[in-house]
Amino acid sequence: MPNDYLSEELALEVKSSFIFFSLFSALLFNLLPLQEIILLLRPDFVAITLLYWSVNQPQRIGMSLAFIAGLVMDVSNSSILGQHALAYCLITFFGMILHRRLRLFSVFQQAPQIFWVLLIAQFAALLTGMLGGTYLPDWHYFLPSATGALLWPVISFLLGIPQKPKCDSDEL
Amino acid sequence: METVPQFFRVGPSPQVRLFFFALLSILLMVVDTRFSSFFGIRQTVGMIIYPLQKLAYAPMSLYDQVEELLDDLQLTKEIAYLRQQYFFNQQKLFRLQMLEEENAQLRQLLNAAQQTEAKAIMADILYVPRDPFNRKVTLNKGSTSGVTAGQVVVDDLGVVGQITQVHPWLAEVTLITDKDHSVPVQVARNGLRSVVSGAGKNNELELRYLSVNADIEQDDLLITSGIGGVYPPGLPVARVTNIEHDRSRDFAHITCIPIAGVNRNRQVLILSLSSPVPALPEEEPRNTVQQGKQRKNHAQ
Repeated sequence: MPNDYLSEELALEVKSSFIFFSLFSALLFNLLPLQEIILLLRPDFVAITLLYWSVNQPQRIGMSLAFIAGLVMDVSNSSILGQHALAYCLITFFGMILHRRLRLFSVFQQAPQIFWVLLIAQFAALLTGMLGGTYLPDWHYFLPSATGALLWPVISFLLGIPQKPKCDSDEL
Repeated sequence: METVPQFFRVGPSPQVRLFFFALLSILLMVVDTRFSSFFGIRQTVGMIIYPLQKLAYAPMSLYDQVEELLDDLQLTKEIAYLRQQYFFNQQKLFRLQMLEEENAQLRQLLNAAQQTEAKAIMADILYVPRDPFNRKVTLNKGSTSGVTAGQVVVDDLGVVGQITQVHPWLAEVTLITDKDHSVPVQVARNGLRSVVSGAGKNNELELRYLSVNADIEQDDLLITSGIGGVYPPGLPVARVTNIEHDRSRDFAHITCIPIAGVNRNRQVLILSLSSPVPALPEEEPRNTVQQGKQRKNHAQ
């Protein structure tokens, strides 16, 4: 079901500082010391934030930013240098080529499509990790993609707040 | 000359960019795994994200402080109990001192090396990596507190892991459950020597190269043997949980669980041997690994 375009609000321009701030807070969420089940379920917030910006502001976010964010994640995760960088670059790539199509849907309809993008990125990370010989995960490994897709509407809402028009254009 | 307005300038297509960055990251990965020459980069990035890690840990430490405050209320009762225990243990301690002296004398008689006593640094687990299959944790003490790579990390029950990378304020511990990590051990019951390796899974270890007829039983305690000089002897490592005799294989499939709370604790001790073991001849530590490999090849 396509949206009703006439009722849709025109998004305001986002400040670059907000993009950076969102990425930083996503990194902070990724660094939280969690245990057991929550650790297994925790989505990759940096990946979702990158995906959000590359879908909604593809002109503002480049693959180089994704690459750098990936390197930072690699260091903090003590995984092979470049593993997350590759995954995040894939995510921004899919965001870039799919953004026109994705924006036709509402956030709830976007969520299942987001799941596949996150899964592909995780699969790339898994493949590189296995080739590097670092780990052999269980099937739980793919759970964060599902929780990430479930959280997509929430994160879209939160990151979309500064883009809401300040006043109602239909007021008069 | 043709000029393109800013708005229409989009740069290279996504495919080209992805190709470039994928190539770059694959190059990075190859160099990192084959030559591991990015220590500098890791250290600088690690230092940049250190405040972030600290900030992420803040709620946890706040929780700890509140818990401590609540604990204070129970302290009087505990003090009384501990005082009792103290007198109780004092007696045992005297005997232990006597035994230690006697032991030292006997060792001198036998001309054997002194058992090394370890210095310890207390540290908190600051950060567990995002994906739970990477068996490493980060501690909040680094080279500024005298931590060096290769030191042993224990908790109140047994061996947790080994320091593998040191930043100025952080240190990275490879847990004993890591797939590539091995600890030289002994069965406490009969002194049988072996090497226990991580299974790469949560809370599981395996004894890989023990023959089918080796004298090992369920619930056997494995302690560090001190061979190799990294781990001080006598620390509990694991308990045997399952022994599987498969006739088609040369080796028994033995799984163990670590004694220490490898995936539970937040406080650990970093041990440093105060008098390092004299340097071993070059081939010796490698020998055991190679033997293992050869036997493995043979088994295949």
